[in-house]
Amino acid sequence: MTSTTPVSVAADATAPPSPRSPAATAPSQKGRRSARRRELGACGVLMTPFFVLLVTVFLIPVATAVHLSFFSDDQPGLGFGPERTVFAGLRNYTAVLADPTFLGGLGVVALYCLVYIPLMVIGALVLALLLDSGVVRLRGTVQLALFLPHAVPGIIAALIWLYLYTPGISPVIDLLGRADLTVDFLGVHMVLPSIVNIALWSNLGYNMVVFYAALQAVPREVIEASVVDGAGPVRTALQVKAPLVRSSIVMVAMFTLIFALQLFTEPMLLSQSTPMINSRFSPSMYIYDAAFTRNNYGLAAAASVILLLCTIALSYGVTRWTNRAAAAEEAAR
Amino acid sequence: MSASNVSRTASPLRPRLLGRSVVNLVVLVSVLYTLLPVLWLVLASTKDRDALFSSDILSLSGFSFVQNLKDLFAMDGGLFGRWYGNSLLYAVLGAALGALISIACGYAFDKYRFAHKEKLFGLVLAAVMVPQTVLALPLYLMASGTGLVNTFWAVFIPVLFNPFGVYLGRIFSQGYVPDEVLEAARMDGAGELAAYFRVALRMLGPGLVTIFLFQLTAIWNNFFLPMVMLSDQDLYPVSLGLYSWNSSASVSPEYYPVVIMGSLLAVVPLILAFALLQRFWRSGLTAGAVK
Repeated sequence: MTSTTPVSVAADATAPPSPRSPAATAPSQKGRRSARRRELGACGVLMTPFFVLLVTVFLIPVATAVHLSFFSDDQPGLGFGPERTVFAGLRNYTAVLADPTFLGGLGVVALYCLVYIPLMVIGALVLALLLDSGVVRLRGTVQLALFLPHAVPGIIAALIWLYLYTPGISPVIDLLGRADLTVDFLGVHMVLPSIVNIALWSNLGYNMVVFYAALQAVPREVIEASVVDGAGPVRTALQVKAPLVRSSIVMVAMFTLIFALQLFTEPMLLSQSTPMINSRFSPSMYIYDAAFTRNNYGLAAAASVILLLCTIALSYGVTRWTNRAAAAEEAAR
Repeated sequence: MSASNVSRTASPLRPRLLGRSVVNLVVLVSVLYTLLPVLWLVLASTKDRDALFSSDILSLSGFSFVQNLKDLFAMDGGLFGRWYGNSLLYAVLGAALGALISIACGYAFDKYRFAHKEKLFGLVLAAVMVPQTVLALPLYLMASGTGLVNTFWAVFIPVLFNPFGVYLGRIFSQGYVPDEVLEAARMDGAGELAAYFRVALRMLGPGLVTIFLFQLTAIWNNFFLPMVMLSDQDLYPVSLGLYSWNSSASVSPEYYPVVIMGSLLAVVPLILAFALLQRFWRSGLTAGAVK
């Protein structure tokens, strides 16, 4: 961990004197320069611990992943002789992209995102708007109750729901059975909705609280004005309040997307109990399987880089799209 | 409330009442959706194995809460106690140290000017969105290269890194620490670092607690990294331990009541933390949302 951090590089660069320290009594040039140096020194001290971490557990690993993705272990002859690592060019990438299990995993995650993200964002927003409408009783208690699953670790949430999906233990399946309904929550058609349900349960309340906090910050005069204009509560909520918390909606959608793409914990746990989830069900599980079961580091690294690129491209797309939508709305006014 | 009074005079009373009940019903259903699974966990933890599979969750037969608790801590030579201790150590120590590191950096981003500041901040924000699964293999290779793999440090060091905490730290610093206060401290002859540690850090207290809480949750939930790094069961956190026990449960069902009781205990610390520190995380959520 002896790397020079970007901060110290930046601190060495000659920067114009800070606008904060000077002025008042016009100190001597020398005094000002030493004050500036002290400031930069303090800034370096405060930032160094974080940037040491950034370099060691973020930049170097990302660079290593990219590097590894271009190499592979070659076994000369018929598996005899020592293994050696050779430059493979794009061979790992073509191997990953030609692997139907990886493409299947990408498809699963795409479908998962398409179902989960709209449900999550719309569900949390509607609940927040309802809570903000002022007609809900016991608002504080309701908020805490909805927030509770956030305090349940992801793996425990998956465990609880796994049991609620298991015939024999689950009161849900028991109740459905009395109504002559049999649902195999871990069967081929239900396994993805079952995972969506776990994620929704875990995060709905958290995102609702984020939206609710943003709604509370909307000036009351704006809302009263729209009511005076004759807008009913539904129109006020959808056409006045919701657009005003757009930045929160974008942020929640973005974080939901980033975490959804990493889908791992829930299917990993459910895979212990259902054959419908194999060890390469999602891209993250594919990476884990390639790296630690098959010990094919090059393949795992290439899959990681592809997942990373997908994440960056989609986040960039979301930002661009929302900016354009915002601009279009401005123009329409 | 004046808003609803105005609209009540404008619209007929009956649809308004109907709307009210529908709204309350929707909210009630969602509250049941979030609460009932937790309630099930509490009830299931009181059942012995036979009662668990008899699926009559509300009957009191086969009540064995205390026995389940004893079984949990006796299972596999008291492993669960170790896991719980490990989780507390990783989470509390890691979150405390990580929050201090992040907030110091966020404060420096807010209060000091230096070259390429916004580019550097962009790098910090970019780090938020990189999937953990991408970093896991390189981190594993680095840890095995330095002999840290399968040790406490292999899990502890990476979890200290919290770029979102830096983002929050910068916002809190803008909101809570006025520049005039720092200027006054400088006039009194306090050094830059003294001004931070004696004056600014105290004002950042609520923000620090918020970042601590976010990171505590993240580390307590951490599953992927320990799974990659640790092979020694004595070093497992609760999440990984319960995962491994659950995989044994399909073969040996005596693990079921133990896993359920363990899950219940795993939920307690975060609920306590959120309940005790309520006023802090609420302000933190707002800060994170308003950009």
